[in-house]
Amino acid sequence: MPDHDTDHDADHPGGYTTGEPIADHAAPEGPIAQRWNTRRFQAKLVNPANRRRHRIIVVGTGLAGASAGATLAEQGYHVVQFCFQDSPRRAHSVAAQGGINAAKNYRNDGDSVYRLFYDTVKGGDFRSRESNVYRLAEVSAQIIDQAVAQGVPFAREYGGLLDTRSFGGVQVQRTFYARGQTGQQLLLGAYQALSRQIDAGGVEIHPRTEMLDLVVADGRARGIVARDLVTGEVSTHLADAVVLATGGYGNVFSLSTNAKGSNASAIWRAHKRGAYFANPCFTQIHPTCIPRSGEHQSKLTLMSESLRNDGRIWVPRRPGDERPPAEIPESERDYYLERQYPSFGNLVPRDIASRAAKNVCDAGYGVGPGGLGVYLDFADALARMGRPAVEAKYGNLFEMYERITAEDPYEVPMRIYPAIHYTMGGLWVDYDLQSTVPGLFVIGEANFSDHGANRLGASALMQGLADGYFVLPTTLNDYIARGGFTALDPADPAVRTVESEVRARLERLLSIEGTRSVDSFHRELGHLLWDHCGMSRTAEGLRKALERVPGLRAEFWRDVRVPGAGAELNQELEKAARVADFLELAELLLLDALVREESCGGHFREEHQTDDGEALRDDERFAYVAAWEHGTRPVLHHEILNFDHVHPTQRSYT
Amino acid sequence: MKLTLRVWRQRGPEDGGRLVEYPVEDASPDMSFLELLDVLNERLIETGDEPIAFDHDCREGICGACGVVINGRAHGPERTTTCQLHLRSFRDGDVLDVEPWRAGGFPVVKDLVVDRSAFDRIIQAGGYVTAPTGSAPEAHATPVPKPDADLAFDNATCIGCGACVAACPNGSAMLFTSAKVSHLNSLPQGQPERGQRVLDMVDTMDAEGFGGCTNTGECVASCPKGIPLTSIATLNREFLRATRTR
Repeated sequence: MPDHDTDHDADHPGGYTTGEPIADHAAPEGPIAQRWNTRRFQAKLVNPANRRRHRIIVVGTGLAGASAGATLAEQGYHVVQFCFQDSPRRAHSVAAQGGINAAKNYRNDGDSVYRLFYDTVKGGDFRSRESNVYRLAEVSAQIIDQAVAQGVPFAREYGGLLDTRSFGGVQVQRTFYARGQTGQQLLLGAYQALSRQIDAGGVEIHPRTEMLDLVVADGRARGIVARDLVTGEVSTHLADAVVLATGGYGNVFSLSTNAKGSNASAIWRAHKRGAYFANPCFTQIHPTCIPRSGEHQSKLTLMSESLRNDGRIWVPRRPGDERPPAEIPESERDYYLERQYPSFGNLVPRDIASRAAKNVCDAGYGVGPGGLGVYLDFADALARMGRPAVEAKYGNLFEMYERITAEDPYEVPMRIYPAIHYTMGGLWVDYDLQSTVPGLFVIGEANFSDHGANRLGASALMQGLADGYFVLPTTLNDYIARGGFTALDPADPAVRTVESEVRARLERLLSIEGTRSVDSFHRELGHLLWDHCGMSRTAEGLRKALERVPGLRAEFWRDVRVPGAGAELNQELEKAARVADFLELAELLLLDALVREESCGGHFREEHQTDDGEALRDDERFAYVAAWEHGTRPVLHHEILNFDHVHPTQRSYT
Repeated sequence: MKLTLRVWRQRGPEDGGRLVEYPVEDASPDMSFLELLDVLNERLIETGDEPIAFDHDCREGICGACGVVINGRAHGPERTTTCQLHLRSFRDGDVLDVEPWRAGGFPVVKDLVVDRSAFDRIIQAGGYVTAPTGSAPEAHATPVPKPDADLAFDNATCIGCGACVAACPNGSAMLFTSAKVSHLNSLPQGQPERGQRVLDMVDTMDAEGFGGCTNTGECVASCPKGIPLTSIATLNREFLRATRTR
């Protein structure tokens, strides 16, 4: 075992203990290309006539949740599905812009399942599982077929065939897209499939209902406690299995590209009921976000990474150059990505592009207010392709940029800066997507799997749909087929206790009647995390933040003000419960970042870098998944990662 | 900048509701309209008042959750979603009436929040292609002419915000329904269910209490995604075509 394991100290705020190693026993042995086939064949089946007797709870209706709910209902299960939005169509997957990867090699540019697998493992900085990633690449082609059959209007060429483009970190064109609204179109496809099942009676849908806790009985996940956000009614729903498809926890940073409602409560509550939390510190910072404009700002808006196909990124060669961009001649511009990474140029992966932007801004070359921005310039593309072609490809993104900044990107270059975007960490799952609580399955961004320490562009949509349409329906079948379910009485103490704990917690939040708003605590936590656990991290900064979080949490529980009552639509109460969970998750996130004494992907520890400022991994000691068990003090379990096919090397994009 | 908001406050469906005036002295032109409501809400909380309930989520103009009527116009003076409406669209000293979507098909839940689940039921009635998972044909097996694909796409961009209904003097859901019908019925994948789809969706639309279309065009003027009036013409044609065999 790695030798730093003994580094725990009860008095230190970052204290933890080390537990038994953990392993993924669900992935079959044998040639990697055969493993998914093998698992599918070995998975036990449930007779279609028996499926309707089983209730499955699915929480979340994004790409993963909606596709899973639709598919399970189609198989014949009775699905009970929840989302906190007023309609399942509004899940945050709807906001994904750029595209979805698939190894179809329609361009005949040398793509293959193996190459997508290779790019993903490398892009994730060798911190993901080979078996999972191979399966993801394998299933990717089927996702496109499925979406097209549903009527998803992907971009097409004049011959009527599907168009593709490139994304960061790859040298082939494997990204399928629907203008800058790919997530919306794929989500509507899954939502429509789900809607069909709702009408057919296979899915019982509960919109505006939020999961607040997990029911575990006899060691198995058997239900959830949820709050109806309109009436405030707290109720328990029981089932034979629970699927969490609740997205990522990037909003722990307060300002992020996530929808305002995105939260960690479902996975955090499940964690506290026994599900291990893996790699919480793996946060993706997206390089092409519109810079923030002021303190009132509630949300950061992303510009699709696809813009980097035609836009060129640069800063002035002279620090503090305040001339308008058009007046800076070519010879005085530094196209720093093209200079540092000639073979990938502006299409380097997100972690590399983000850090490069931070470095030039830190060195004083940044543009715009506060010097926190770099130019993303379409002048060359406009001259080369003409305005109509640029409009056809990126029109809606340009319009969005203009709306937010009041600057016309056809006339002046866009300004961009990195922002919190996606969390690669999440609940630990095995190859079957099952967590450490039997019967609790976790899919999409809510789990930790497949992306390692950095996610390549256009891979999130791929993973969400792979999990929901293809992987989970197979592995969940196997779990149900193995049976052994006893009828669970709603009056069972295991059920009653969870429900009363949820009620007590809500009542406590309402009774504090302090002086500070929920948002003020959230902003303070966000600043703390961004400053000390953002684009770069140091042991000193992480320790400082770890010391401050418990104090902030205590102040929250002493001084937060939640107006209104519980038995009504109360948006402040919703926020308060979520921020309370963020205040706990933040501490684990900081601890995980402190323990991982290396740099990899989105996790950059300043103490661990190469001479030219690239992330310096330590494969000897850290080629593992950190799976945290909840306890008085967190318990760290290591899952050692093996690389039999893609051998870890220094990632190079030069 | 200084703005005076007169906001519709309604405790619940049974409450009568009223406009309540809130002055804001220090708004920034760079704020989005929803950020203005955030700032106002934080002050209301500090002074012991109840914050204004409003729907919002992605805040980048795509989820369709947000939407209020500002000075009589759905989503306000610009043709965009309320989250992408910035205060630079207003003048210093403006008085703004802020109300929820008002339509028979959208009952008020609280303050500015309305119930738009009728839209979901219209989709459930037929706004999909029946394509079971796991057995789809190779994507390139059915080429789609680019003009058809583009037409489908233009209609598929509908975000289901409901501004079309709120803007319509009849509270009609024709633009919403026509967008989905135009999207799916113009693709080869949508052909087998083409007739049944439009009949079922129109029946549901009527049953949900939305009014009829009188070609006023306010829906199109307020649609943040630019769904065209020709989509309603397509819906009418598809409906007539389907009723021949009803």
